Amino acid sequence: MELKPGSRWKSAVCDTEVVVVRAVKEPAELQCGGHAMVPHNGEKPAGVAISPEFSAGTQPGKRFADEVSGLEILATKGGAGSLSIDGRAIGAKEAKKLPASD
Amino acid sequence: MHTTLLLDMVADAAPDRLALGRLADGVSFEEVRARARGGAAWLGDLGGDTVAFLGLNGPALAVAVFASGLIGKPFTPLNYRLPDADLNKLLARTAPSVAIVDQDMIGRLQPAAGVTVVSRGDFEAACLDEANRSRELPEVDPDIGVLLFTSGTTGEPKAAVLRHRNLTSYVISTVEFLGSEEDEAALVSVPAYHIAGISAVLTGVYGGRRTVHLPAFTPEIWVDEAAAEKVTHAMVVPTMLGRILDVLEQRGEYLPCLRALSYGGGRMPQPVIERALRVLPHVDFVNAYGLTETSSTIAVLGPDDHREAIASTEEHVRRRLGSVGRPLPVLEVEIRGPDGESLGPGQSGEIYVRGEQVSGEYLHKKAVQDDGWFATNDGGWMDDDGYLYVEGRLDDVIVRGGENISPGEIEDVLREHPQVADVAVLGLPDNEWGERVAAAVVAKNGAPSADDLGAWVKARLRSTKTPEVWEFRDALPYNETGKLLRRQLKVEMSAPRQSAAV
Repeated sequence: MELKPGSRWKSAVCDTEVVVVRAVKEPAELQCGGHAMVPHNGEKPAGVAISPEFSAGTQPGKRFADEVSGLEILATKGGAGSLSIDGRAIGAKEAKKLPASD
Repeated sequence: MHTTLLLDMVADAAPDRLALGRLADGVSFEEVRARARGGAAWLGDLGGDTVAFLGLNGPALAVAVFASGLIGKPFTPLNYRLPDADLNKLLARTAPSVAIVDQDMIGRLQPAAGVTVVSRGDFEAACLDEANRSRELPEVDPDIGVLLFTSGTTGEPKAAVLRHRNLTSYVISTVEFLGSEEDEAALVSVPAYHIAGISAVLTGVYGGRRTVHLPAFTPEIWVDEAAAEKVTHAMVVPTMLGRILDVLEQRGEYLPCLRALSYGGGRMPQPVIERALRVLPHVDFVNAYGLTETSSTIAVLGPDDHREAIASTEEHVRRRLGSVGRPLPVLEVEIRGPDGESLGPGQSGEIYVRGEQVSGEYLHKKAVQDDGWFATNDGGWMDDDGYLYVEGRLDDVIVRGGENISPGEIEDVLREHPQVADVAVLGLPDNEWGERVAAAVVAKNGAPSADDLGAWVKARLRSTKTPEVWEFRDALPYNETGKLLRRQLKVEMSAPRQSAAV
């Protein structure tokens, strides 16, 4: 799994989709709903279901950062599964809202 | 990450929200995406490597930005205010390209090799054509999102390169996805060829905010449109703000729906912003400082900063109204001296910036250093609290007898004079000193004398900073985005003198 900046991934078990904002320092597996995510244009595996441990859901537009691997992603579509990396749950970054300047 | 993904996200999550245009007949985010797809399929057939755009701002601009992205071609807006010869030269530089051109501007263009000219009307029709909209688009992995020609006030325009990753980094780190309320609307009056015109397209879409376009600015039309369309947000350049305040006060119209007004693109005279805070106390003011090469804003002076400064009696807080605020948290900003050494608070030098939104790159020429730092060519300094003060382009610094003099500092002092409406300070060639300090003044409340003004400056700064040449004029030359045309002024003032030297 090559988590390059700009690469897009979709959940194997729900509608969640993400784009990589910052790459990982070490090889790692990005998961949603407890299962490895698949490339955006790839096939979803059959016969897998959301693991209850990773079923809190993902909101579109949220950014996620994993301090251990350095991975940062942006959820581009929401879904029922939640995100993890190598089995480690990753939390949404607190967005610091800036005053509109454009 | 690709800019069209920003539109996709919003069109998926809030397809029916109004995206562009008036309350009565605006189009939704879903429709913007459909139009961009239609336009992309049509543009793709026409070939070329870039999509040039010559026309007024409007819904077609936003659609064309995303349509170009969908087929992986850099979007290249051109400045329609350029003289025909310069405009045609720039257009030729976009080849091989397709150029979308307003009908009434087509006549200004000469045939150029490798440039296919299409009318804006034909593009808009193609965006609505079901045959185009339903077509499958080829997968692309584009790199360059936008090419923007710099204004070229100091020579041939350079094509600044903004990559998709620079633009998307700016958007996702400064704007909350669908963070706007459904009733929010932004009034955009900056032209398409200005970085603020491009960033407004992207941030407006990602935030889910409706955009109302003003094709050409007059303060009367701006106020009419802001009132009629219940505009909540707008960005103006400093010269626009003073004129808008005049109209508001004449009419007694105070735009109750307006929540936030941001300004940038040039130095804001302190009396104007102070007046704005008085006339529109319910509005949040934001000063944004940025460059084309940094994908727009890099520092902001926020609403609370404005209120705190205007209410304060402490000089170091109050003067923040003249600052551009603090750098965005996702960026690094440093002030450096002539040998590249990092300078501390209060020391004046060149502003350097580093971050993912910084492209610092021109076509065929990288201007960013290997370690990512970009030299802005703007002079400035930071105070102890991290507020950034911009002194102006380093090219504009006057060197008098070896002393570096910043025109901005002298202009600020003169603007405080009750008989000065506007002023520009610049250096004129001088046989003895290299350069001498000259001031062009637009007077108000009667005619001030050069002696009075000289004494005013001398009392507040020092004698070497006191202009030696004074010229009184009816107006100063600005371009349409509020940039003072210093070079033009310098040429005019260097010509054999008609007015009094002191």
